[in-house]
This record gives sequence, C-alpha cells and structure tokens, in this order.
Amino acid sequence: MFGYYLNLALRSFRRNRVLTALMVLAIALGIGACMTTLTVFRVLSGDPIPHKSDRLFYIQLDPQSMQGFTPGDEPAFQMTRFDSETLLREKRGHRQAMMTGGAVAVTPERQDVPAFMTVARYTSADFFPMFDTPFLHGGGWSGGDDEAQARVAVLSREMARRLFGEANPVGRTVRLDQADFSVVGVLDEWQPSPRFYDMTLDSYGQRDEIFLPISTAVALQMGRNGSMDCWGDSNGDQTSLNAPCTWIQYWVELDSPSKAGDYRAYLENYSELQRAAGRFERPTNVRMRNVMELLEFNRVVPGDVVMQLWLGVGFLLVCLLNTVGLLLAKFLRRSSEIGVRRALGASRLEIFKQFLVEAGVVGLAGGVLGLGLALLGLWGVRQQPVGYAELARLDLGMLVATFAIAIAASLLAGMLPAWRAVQVSPALQLKSQ
Amino acid sequence: MEFRPILSTLMRHKTAAALIVLEIALTCAIICNAMFLIGQRLAQLNEVSGLAENELVRVQITGIGNDPNAEAQTRADLAALRAIPGVTHATVINQVPFVNSSWNSSVRLSADQQQATLNATVYMAEDQFLEALGLKLVAGRDFNPDEYLEFEALQRLTGEVSVPGAIITRKMAERLFPGEDAIGKTFYSWGDGGIRVVGVVEHLVRPNMLGGPTAREYSMVFPIRSHYGVGGNYVLRTSPERRDEVLKAAVETLRGNGPPRIVLEDNTMTVEAMRDEFFQQQRSMAWLLAIVCIGLLLITALGIVGLASFWVQQRTKQIGVRRALGATRAQVMRYFQTENFLLATIGIAIGMLAAFGINQVLMERYELERLPLAYLPVGALALWLLGQLAVFGPARRAASVPPAIATRSV
Repeated sequence: MFGYYLNLALRSFRRNRVLTALMVLAIALGIGACMTTLTVFRVLSGDPIPHKSDRLFYIQLDPQSMQGFTPGDEPAFQMTRFDSETLLREKRGHRQAMMTGGAVAVTPERQDVPAFMTVARYTSADFFPMFDTPFLHGGGWSGGDDEAQARVAVLSREMARRLFGEANPVGRTVRLDQADFSVVGVLDEWQPSPRFYDMTLDSYGQRDEIFLPISTAVALQMGRNGSMDCWGDSNGDQTSLNAPCTWIQYWVELDSPSKAGDYRAYLENYSELQRAAGRFERPTNVRMRNVMELLEFNRVVPGDVVMQLWLGVGFLLVCLLNTVGLLLAKFLRRSSEIGVRRALGASRLEIFKQFLVEAGVVGLAGGVLGLGLALLGLWGVRQQPVGYAELARLDLGMLVATFAIAIAASLLAGMLPAWRAVQVSPALQLKSQ
Repeated sequence: MEFRPILSTLMRHKTAAALIVLEIALTCAIICNAMFLIGQRLAQLNEVSGLAENELVRVQITGIGNDPNAEAQTRADLAALRAIPGVTHATVINQVPFVNSSWNSSVRLSADQQQATLNATVYMAEDQFLEALGLKLVAGRDFNPDEYLEFEALQRLTGEVSVPGAIITRKMAERLFPGEDAIGKTFYSWGDGGIRVVGVVEHLVRPNMLGGPTAREYSMVFPIRSHYGVGGNYVLRTSPERRDEVLKAAVETLRGNGPPRIVLEDNTMTVEAMRDEFFQQQRSMAWLLAIVCIGLLLITALGIVGLASFWVQQRTKQIGVRRALGATRAQVMRYFQTENFLLATIGIAIGMLAAFGINQVLMERYELERLPLAYLPVGALALWLLGQLAVFGPARRAASVPPAIATRSV
C-alpha cells in the first residue's frame, strides 16, 4: 500500500504544483534556518576536552581588599601571583598549572624575514599533560625548568613550520623579545574550541603559538595579554610576587570528580590562613568550576548565537504552522476523493496513512532543499568576521538530524490535517457529487 | 459590515481559523522583538564617538622586548610624525576607541566611599590629545602644560600619589554630579588624592562595550604622558583625503626612527575603518534580523493566501447564493476582507502578549531594555496590511463568482 500511497501523493502534487512548491519551500526555509543556527550553536557549546572536563577545575580565591565588598559577590576571576605560586608549590591536586596570555616579538634567524608579534602562553610544566596536548616532536618542560626560569619554549605546529620549515626544530634556538629560547617541543594540531583555559581572551578562532615557562616570562618582563585587576596600592611592578593584582589563571586536575570536596576544603583552609596572616580581608569565598561549569558561567557562547538559535526555532515554528494550514486546505479539498475511497472500503486508518505519506514526502523534499539552504547559511556564517567562523560546518550527525527533523516536523504538521480528513463523512460527500 | 455571520462561519472552521490566528500571533511577536533589536543595533551603529573620525588614522607599534628609552623615543617619534606633510596633530594614547581592550577604573565621590559610583575608562593624554582626536570641550579648559605627569615616573612613585586633574565626558559629569557644574568638583579613582575636574568634553566613547549602553561614555582623561610601550597607539589627524598617504608616511617614519620595532599592520588603519570593523557583527546581526522579518512576513502571507483560497473554493456555492439573493461584488469582497481583519486582530492581540513574553526573557538573559510600546502599533499595522494584501487575490476571486452558480448542480 505504501507504494500506492506514494503514487497518490505524487499525483496530488502534480495537480497542485504551486501549493506543493509553497509547502516544500516553507519547510525548507524553516529547516534551513533552524539547522544553520543549531549547527553554530552546537559547535560553540561543545565540550572542548570531553574525556576529562569533569576533573579539570578552575580555581578562584578572594584576595581583594574590603573596599567595594558586597556579601555574596563572585570572588576575583583570576588569581594573584603569590597565591598561584603557593598553590603550585604545595601540589595538592593530581596536576596543576598557572598561566596567562602573552605577546612576544619573534625575530627569525633569517635576516630577510622581519620580526613579528605572536600570541604566547606563559604557563607551568603541568599544562601539557593536564590538557593532553598532542606533541609532534619533543615534549613539554619540567617543574625544574619552571624553578630555574629556564629559557625553553614549546611551539605550535604552525609556528614551527613558519620558523624552521618541515625540519624537527627541537634543540634549535628561537629569539623571543630580547632573549634566546631553546625549543624543547612542537605541538601537533591543537586548538581547543572554545579556548576554555583562558576566559579573559577571545574564546574562538585564536590559538596560542608559543608556550614559555611563566617564571621565565615574568623574570624577563615579557608582554602580557589578558585582563588584570588591581586594588589598594598597586604602584610599581604589577607582576611582582606581592602585587595586589589578579592576572593569573589557575587550573588543577583531580584524580576523580569526587576529590573536589577535599580540594575545596584545602582551598578554604588556605584562605583562612591567609586571612589570619592579614593578607586576605574578605570572608573566605572560593570557587571551583569544572570546564563545562566555567563555560556556562562565562556564557562563552555569544549571546547573538543563542538569539539566532531561538530565531531559527521560531522561524521553523511559523513555517510549520503554515504547512499545517496548507495541508489542511489541500486535504479537505479532496473530500470527495476521500468519500469515494471510504465508500469503496478503505478504513479510516488507511486514509490517515495515505495522507501521512503525502505529508512525509513533502517533509523529505523540504529536508533536501533545507539541507541546501543550511549549507548556504553556514557558508554565510563562515564569511562573517567572527572568531568561530571556521568552525561553522555541518557534520554527519547534523546531516542525519536535518532529515530526521524535517520528516518529523512535516509528519507532525500532517497529523492534524490527516485527522480532519479521516473525519470526512463518505455519505455526505457522495450525496453532493 | 455585520460581524455575526462571519463569526458563525469561522466557528464552523475552528481549526483553520486557529491556525491562521496562531501564525499571525507568532509572526507578530517575533517581528516586534526583532524590530526592537534592529533599532538598538542601528542606534549603536550610528553612535557619536566624539572623535573627528574621518580625519584620523591610527598606527600601532610595539617594541621588541622592553625599551628602556621608550619615553625619549616616543618624543622623537611624535616630533617626526608631526613633521609629516598633511599631519595637523599627532599624539600617543594608551588606548583608542573601537578596540576590545581597555583601561578602566572605579570612580568614587569620597575617599572612604565603599561602593564605587561608576566604572570609567581611563585615557592617558599627552599635550595634543584634545586637538588630535578632535574632541569638543563644552566646559572648563584643557590641561595646563605644568599639570602633565610622566607615566614611568608615576609608576615608580611610592606613597601618596594624586592625579593633578581630569577632563571627563558630559555623560559622566551628569552621572557624578547631577544638576551641578562639574568643573572644580573632585572625585576619587587613581591614586589616593581627589582628582579635580578641569574640563568637560561633549562626547568621548570608551574603547569597547564594557558596562553596556549606559556606561558607553563614562570616559575620563588624565594628564599623564604615556609612551609607545603602553598600548603603542599613535593617532594622527589630517584632512580626510590625505589619510591613506599619511598612514603610509607614518609607518615609514616609525620604521626609520629609532630601534627596530614592529608595526602591527592589522591594527594600522583609519579610525573610520576601525569603527567599521568594530561594528561589523552588529551590522550583520541587524541584517539577519531584517531578513528573518521579511521571511516571516512572506511565509505568513503565503499561509493566508493558501487558506483564503481554500475557503473561497469551499464556499463557492454559498457565494453564488448570496450573489443571487442580491449581494454585490463589493459586499462579497468586503466579507472576506473583514473576515481576514478579524482573524488578524485576534492574532495581533495574542501576538502582542507573546511579544512582551519574549521581551521578558530577553531582558533577563541579555540585560535588554523593555520593549517600547511604540513598536506594537507598527507591528500591528504591518500584519493588518499584510493580511489585507494577502487576502485581496482570493477575495477578488470570490467576488467574481457568478450568481448563476447557485442554480447549478443542486
């Protein structure tokens, strides 16, 4: 019977070409808009480090002075150098790292290539194993290098290629600002999106190109990138050990999410001790957020993208209402045909099935066209000057989802008209012929 | 026109009528909010920055590592830049409008105030700041030459530090000292001492959108001479048509002057281009919203055409009977137009409630303002008009049904 219904559906489409085209177009527009916005949203709200995002915690303490204090406030978003170095030294997590963004001038060995600026990350040894960065050559540096303020560097694959071509640069020297650094490792392609580990900089489309020990970078007064909050008497060097400034991101990896309670107790105890020593003034207020909690807290998905998603959904909804109306008109126009079929013995269920097949075919056609529109929409997104532009691509999951949504939507839209069609009374229709 | 027969007809077609009403309601709700959002974006796109935008170019430069001679070098740079033909003024600033990084500080009205009154951005001005940016002083004066401090010297100071004076924007003056003359008043921000307001400028936006629309012009200018190591922004003023030439000459001048440094080419452009880039996303979002609005209106119109045609076809015989009983073409046409008007009105009423609902959610999530009532009649009018346009074709077809139909196939 399915083949017969398909045949009937196609005949009916041929009879009402314009109306059918309108319905397909409406579904396609709705699906296209919805899938474009949904894809962008999904790409941006994904887990950047799925296998351990629940064991990585971003730490916040509240070292600020009482000025401007309101109970219940969020603590400072970043950490002071003093607290970071102390926590790092005490090593209470499985792994821990402190970091900040930086900007360094690179002077290539070749005289004909002019010096250029690039983005760097100043961090400590555990950064690499903690975030599971893939290495193409060599590896990270050790805790000993951090303490010794060693002049070592890890390069991104792109930076290594730019400076040294395809050769393995481990052991070679790179001149950064006014000092020579020895290359100890080269990362393979690694660009977590969003760049979850530093929420103070652009989250999408930016990659750190050079990694240096933070101890070395601070000692050499290399340029920072990112935000800094100071209070009280903050004159002089704001990156010095005791400066009342927060500018460092601190991450800790725990063996399991269940260890979070212990670590929190440790942080609270640390805050109490600092307060007793007179360094902290505010009541103890610590935060530990895992990766996804941090992304959620920072609303890392741009507000415009969320708004576009809702617009897409609203658009699809209007398109569906439209399709329901048009299908209703189409089906009821054929009341006499329904009457004849019913009189010849078709059950209500068969009539229902017949019209659902017709609705489903409309959905399928709308899905195909909608997929095209979604691809076009995503192409449009990629032309935008936004950091996440390059990420806006359809994957297999979204491809399947497009068709599933299109067919489900049109079946849903067909349900009501088909139900109304079923209720056509055959006797009345036959009489009025 | 009598509504009763129309209503009783609609009651017999509840499903179809409800569908049209729902579609109109949803479209109305989305369109009212979308228009509001477009309006807000356009307001941002058209904001007055206070700068003589079409006369300014900016060159951003950075040293290779720290330059201990940055202050002397900056003075040499400025002298060289000011000597470029066509340049009327040149200055160095810690930050420029239309970029995403900024210097900010809380502002209090007394030394012991616990909660800051507001948070403002800090421009560190060198002698030519006002003229170079083209800011308009509306009260007070520019800084006196003896008021300027050197940034590096200030950094090295320990103990009591106070900024000798400040120029603030009118918006900030009105917020800090409502209804009073701000000149001579003091506030507390950088350092320990009070900072006396010496001048008020008409407009000066902060670099980015920090603090939202109300805080957009909370800007203060301190007489602190920074150097190229602090942001590295040289801003040059020239005539609009010489901007490209001046930009090129400025880059050449800086490359040939002093130690090797890096010109950040991506950030070196006219201030107009910076503004364009800065608002690019707002602009494309406004376009997107406009396209969605048009799409929604089109789809809704198509839905109305579809259902109205169906009704006309279904009621052909009744129309014939009415015509045979003496109804004129105009009366038949008006019947369908009134029917559509009724449906649209119900849809619009529901849609407005929904519009406020959506606005409420947006307000909570995006710190948006309340939807101004002015948008509602616009949305209503748009949908009424759309409904009448859409129903015109089917209604005319209905009017052309000949009375003779009534006598056929009984």
